[in-house]
Amino acid sequence: MVKKWPILLLITLVLTTVLTLSSCGQDNRVVLNVYNWGDYIDESVINEFEKKYNIRVNYDTFSTNEDMYVKVKSGGSNYDVLFPSDYTIERMVKEDMLLKLDYNNIPNAQYIEERFKHLDYDPQNEYSVPYMWGTVGIIYNKTMVHEPVTSWRILWDEKYSKQILMLDSQRDSIGVALKMLGYSMNTLNLEELEAAKQALIKQKPLVLAYVGDDVKDKMIAGEASLAVVWSGDAVYMKWENPDLEFALPEEASNLWFDAMVIPKSSKHQTEAETFINFMCDPEIAFKNADYIGYSSPHREVQKMIDPELLADPTAYPADAMLESYDIFHDLGEYLKVYDRIWTEIKAH
Amino acid sequence: MKLLKRCYAALIYLFLYAPILILIIFSFNASKSRANWSGFTLNWYFELFKDRQIMKALYNTVVIALLSSVMATIIGTAAAIGIHNMKKLKKKLVMNLTYIPVVNPDIVTGLSLMLLFVFTKFPLGLFSLLLAHITFNLPYVILSVLPKLKQLDKNLYEAALDLGASPLHAYHKVILPEIMPGIITGMLLAFTLSVDDFVISFFTTGSGVSTLSIIIYSMARRGINPKINALSTLLFLTVLLLLIIVNLRTSGNGANKKRSDLKW
Amino acid sequence: MKKNWLSYPYLLWMVLFVFFPLLLVFFYSITDRTGEGLRFTLAHFRRFMEPIYLKVLTRSVKLALISTVLCLMLGYPMAMILAGNHFKRKNIMIFLFVVPMWMNFLLRTYAWMTLLERKGLINTFLSWLGLNPLNLLYTEEAVVLGMVYNFLPFMVLPIYSVLSKIDKNLIEAAGDLGANQFTVFLKVILPLSLPGVVSGITMVFMPAVTTFVISRLLGGGQFTLIGNLIEQQFLYAGDWSFGSAISMVMMIVILLSTSVITKYEKENEGGGLW
Repeated sequence: MVKKWPILLLITLVLTTVLTLSSCGQDNRVVLNVYNWGDYIDESVINEFEKKYNIRVNYDTFSTNEDMYVKVKSGGSNYDVLFPSDYTIERMVKEDMLLKLDYNNIPNAQYIEERFKHLDYDPQNEYSVPYMWGTVGIIYNKTMVHEPVTSWRILWDEKYSKQILMLDSQRDSIGVALKMLGYSMNTLNLEELEAAKQALIKQKPLVLAYVGDDVKDKMIAGEASLAVVWSGDAVYMKWENPDLEFALPEEASNLWFDAMVIPKSSKHQTEAETFINFMCDPEIAFKNADYIGYSSPHREVQKMIDPELLADPTAYPADAMLESYDIFHDLGEYLKVYDRIWTEIKAH
Repeated sequence: MKLLKRCYAALIYLFLYAPILILIIFSFNASKSRANWSGFTLNWYFELFKDRQIMKALYNTVVIALLSSVMATIIGTAAAIGIHNMKKLKKKLVMNLTYIPVVNPDIVTGLSLMLLFVFTKFPLGLFSLLLAHITFNLPYVILSVLPKLKQLDKNLYEAALDLGASPLHAYHKVILPEIMPGIITGMLLAFTLSVDDFVISFFTTGSGVSTLSIIIYSMARRGINPKINALSTLLFLTVLLLLIIVNLRTSGNGANKKRSDLKW
Repeated sequence: MKKNWLSYPYLLWMVLFVFFPLLLVFFYSITDRTGEGLRFTLAHFRRFMEPIYLKVLTRSVKLALISTVLCLMLGYPMAMILAGNHFKRKNIMIFLFVVPMWMNFLLRTYAWMTLLERKGLINTFLSWLGLNPLNLLYTEEAVVLGMVYNFLPFMVLPIYSVLSKIDKNLIEAAGDLGANQFTVFLKVILPLSLPGVVSGITMVFMPAVTTFVISRLLGGGQFTLIGNLIEQQFLYAGDWSFGSAISMVMMIVILLSTSVITKYEKENEGGGLW
């Protein structure tokens, strides 16, 4: 018995491999390789697209801009549509990794609000169509924080020792300290960065943890009283736990975008543009915004969503407010400086 | 004494299964958050079966894990026998090479393999993924089989030869059964590693080929969808069911049972 | 018995998929990308000698060592119990030992967070007993717990596989000759199981040094380990040269320390057998 089962196993395995290989060649539709963040689309939308245009979609997911960038940069993959964030788009444009979009194939781009076009990462609006956007702010538990939250400085208040959750992300956490000190989140000034470093080292004993997506569960469960979070997640957290409230500090903050782009490796530019256009269709864009819960840059979507959400400054803050907000820029060589600072804070 | 031992084993199993229990419980939670229990639901299970991406990834994961662990076991067992018979210096050299995939952080292994594939124009996909998995599984098989070889009584093999067995036959009848526990251990560990690997898989796979780990890790920014808990629960129950079936089948046959006990 | 050729496919495999990539890593670690092209440099290695990086290295090695020792202490008795005649179906028990590891690592770690947090299950239980809640999560202990949890099977299985075939007559003989149980263990069982122990230690210690997700999630990102550092270099700082240099140093440190263990084992090799 012992001797026979490996052979049996091998036979089944050979069969499965044959099956896998053959299943690849059956389809002669155009295959579109789409690369998006995990859980960042209403999956039924993909099926609709496939049916409508007779194109097969290979849908893959990534967890950080950096993972995605290394993968695409290496040249081993052949994705047709990517969903990177602002600073990564800037970097990819700089390194000539993206194709210019043909807007004749993307008529639905007209629905994107004007204020979300021609942004710093794509000043000529040649490469990207925004998908979702948001801000970074402080979420706090009203039963534990009995004062108005108006400034980043509250994250340095010793009253809340071991009650504070920071983001485990170099850019975001250093950015918060820079803003608290009144500097730009994109600063390349070494003195300003040094000041931010000192501030974060001073803050470290007060911090309960540097967290990722687990911040949501922690705040909902009331494990901490203050946390730095993305606005889209804040909407969801407030909904799960009504004791939570979101505040955008007076020193301003970060404004971020995830947008759709086509990398140079794409062999199906027209189909990729069709896909982007489809994602901007009002009905489809609404489905996605509704599923994800983040803020949509789409004019028609804003007419369709729950008016209560639209009125909520967490998701859709007033225009005037956003003017002083920084969109992350690509730091280029200065990434190493930021990384060094982050290591020094963490190793302290 | 026997009771004490049983209690100890029970505690260890509790330690191993406590998180699994939590994970299963949350697959029935109506809320997406692990922080709130907002009622019982089977919704995530229905959602799961609608999710084409997850289903395909499950298939890839199982195929890759099975293929890579079996192939690593075959290559690795042969290698272990060879290494066992090597001279001291050569053995040391080969062993250090063997340790490298274990020592190297996943990200280094993953990126360097990716560069190798890209450089040699080897298309990234299911096959490159398989090669990568076999590579990082091999050391674990070797490390499981080698101790068994060291334990082996050298006279056994020679006795078999003296009695007229061909070398192949002697291996098959004498050595292989003796080192079987090591081989099975190695295969189990290889399978486990393969199922669980994220970083190396991420960098060595191509467009359209995802594993479950890749999907789950990619959810990290948005929060892991409870669909995954539902999937894990089903997988867990399936494995358990298979174990029970195998158990019943072997216990139904007394002679067979004794034999399989020996082989382990 | 000359069976060296059996390892040739493996050697070829390793040269292709381990040695070549390793050369690549080495190449990165000693070069610098400047405007004019590549330049040889040892600056990356020198940089690693700075105190903050050495601090990270010692912390990683320390946590990995503690986890390895704990795994051995918890795992050896478990392997003995599994190898003994206490359960009717040993193979099922062994299987049950690895099955939890087939559930995704992230899910398991998140589940641990649910257990350990301030208002988590363990603390709820403690306060139900009337005890004070403990700060369990986001501590070094939590990181060690995570490592032990994830690496325990890698310690138990190789030891079990060696113990399961120890000649029972040997133990009985020792007992007949008047040795008590403890002496039998020390003089007979332990030396015989040593190769398995060495494999177990290797398979736990080596990956534990470079793990980074556990420290990020259970340590709350406060305990930077060498794995985090390397990941940061490759993905965030884009400093592949420095990342490669760190992993080269790591590799040498770990290989040297394991050669100490294997040396000890070699002295014992065969010594235990008759």
